[in-house]
Amino acid sequence: MADATILEPVLPASPAKPAAYRKLLRNPGVMFGSTVIMIVLLMGLLAPWLGTIDPTAISPIARNKVPGAEITIRTDTGERIKMIAKLGTDSLGRDVYSRVVYGARVSLFVGVTVALISVACGLFIGLLAGFFRILDAIIMRIMDGLMAIPAILLAIAMVSLFRSSVWTVIIAITVPQIPGVVRLVRSIVLSVREEPYVEAAVTLGTSTPKLLWRHVLPNTIAPMIVQGTFICASAILIEAILSFLGIGVPPEVPTWGNIMAAGREVFSLFPHNIIYPGVCLALTILAVNVLGDGLRDTLDPKMAKRV
Amino acid sequence: MSMYGYLFRRLLGTIPVMLVVAVFIFLMLRLTPSDPAAIIAGDNATTEQVAQIRSQLGLDRPMIEQFVIWSGRVLTGNLGESFFFKKTVAALIGERIEPTLSLALFTILIAVFVAVPLGVLAAHRHGSWIDRIVMGFSVLGFSVPVFVIGYLLIYLFAVYLNWLPVQGYQRISEGVGGWVQRLILPSVTLSVIYIALIARMTRTSVLEVLSEDYIRTARAKGQSERKVLFRHALRNAAVPIVTVIGLGVALLIGGVVVTESVFTIPGLGRLTVDAVLARDYPTIQAVILLFSFVYVMINLSVDMLYTILDPRIRY
Repeated sequence: MADATILEPVLPASPAKPAAYRKLLRNPGVMFGSTVIMIVLLMGLLAPWLGTIDPTAISPIARNKVPGAEITIRTDTGERIKMIAKLGTDSLGRDVYSRVVYGARVSLFVGVTVALISVACGLFIGLLAGFFRILDAIIMRIMDGLMAIPAILLAIAMVSLFRSSVWTVIIAITVPQIPGVVRLVRSIVLSVREEPYVEAAVTLGTSTPKLLWRHVLPNTIAPMIVQGTFICASAILIEAILSFLGIGVPPEVPTWGNIMAAGREVFSLFPHNIIYPGVCLALTILAVNVLGDGLRDTLDPKMAKRV
Repeated sequence: MSMYGYLFRRLLGTIPVMLVVAVFIFLMLRLTPSDPAAIIAGDNATTEQVAQIRSQLGLDRPMIEQFVIWSGRVLTGNLGESFFFKKTVAALIGERIEPTLSLALFTILIAVFVAVPLGVLAAHRHGSWIDRIVMGFSVLGFSVPVFVIGYLLIYLFAVYLNWLPVQGYQRISEGVGGWVQRLILPSVTLSVIYIALIARMTRTSVLEVLSEDYIRTARAKGQSERKVLFRHALRNAAVPIVTVIGLGVALLIGGVVVTESVFTIPGLGRLTVDAVLARDYPTIQAVILLFSFVYVMINLSVDMLYTILDPRIRY
């Protein structure tokens, strides 16, 4: 048995089928979702060239203007220019259109970062829990406890611990998302462990890290993409909620939640402060959710049946 | 295994969960960069005064000892003193609980009475336009933030149509009419996401049951379609629906925090936000502990309900 390693299966556990990509392209949810997300992403990236002004510039003479009003703003060089506030201004005279366009950046950044970090952490912890019996009991008890605290409440509690910044918000949103990923990964590991090819690999003396990397990890990819998409949607939502409540990203940073928070006091007179960022927010979250549903139906049919 | 034995084991099972929650919440306070003793002592306190308060609070003792003392106090109902509101946290919660309970109760009632028939209808007309509308609404309900729905409803029904009060809360002791009137908009707002969740689960669950043999039998013996749907199908589909209602309480609690801010309702949700803004840690701890406890207990009761809903389940 000196050459036992030769017998090891070389192929990855689940070779990607080309049909999956075509199925993805044919799914209306995936197409709608990714188109809207691309538009929002472009809006965020191209923000400076979309006719915007500095989204943090305060202009006392141009406070609370309705959409379409003409305002005069002073640039950094002291020049005065006249422009149309397409979506009006807020109670500090900031241009709502510019803030909404720049707001796409923070929302998408928070959503994607939270999804990546929580999936990475959840994968790592879940693999540990699924493979090592001793760790399993401890890890799962901690996860059960974390899951008993409603997500938004846990995020609110975490926010209170640190100074308000984008990264505080990201950590605060990430922590409540991890237990769900851990549970999912653990359940996948437990079922994969019983598969004949894993038993075969164990019999052949494959080391545990190699086993996890080559046989278990590939099985988690599809569910993780799906789960990550849904986490992205709820992260965007929770960021907006925290900012709206005044405990999220610092108020001068243009985020959709912050624009709405600034518009709260004058809402009944100037509803544009809430309506435009609200529509952007809802549309973006809807797109990510619909994309997630589409990905689930095409990539992970087993999960689609479960839900 | 008797049901009481099961009940007892499940009750025991919640102890480690609540313990983890308690440890987490306790460590949270210790992790804060600010010193609670310094906050209580105020800006003009001397170092000796701060040290005295610290030993009064027991903050100079070992962590584990502090945790045991703290949990002992919590178990006897002593939740500490609020830094910011200058009264006991228990009294504070007592004042704020009525609006939150009223809001939660109204929301659950609206959600269940709207979502369950919608879900049954969608399953019954599977694939029709009604089904698509219900499913579309459900995806939309998950995507539109609570506060956006809240402000849209305020604008429509309170500012534009002037039918209902804009914001605020009236205690039930000051008149039931005003109490109900002020709760309509917030609870409708809050129920949207809950309706989305319950309707979706009802549809899936009923759809699965509708292909069972006993449904065909019920139809074959000439049972009216309404009875088939609501007596035979819904009854057998009830377990997952009730489960999702229980799990949805987490969404409800998160939503309460937001909704109370939108409608300026002086409840526990608003208290949570105010406490975070003031960095009032004893209050934050207590509110989170309370909400988590309620959430765990509701899901425990849901488990208990299974035997009543589905007599096939035996423990």
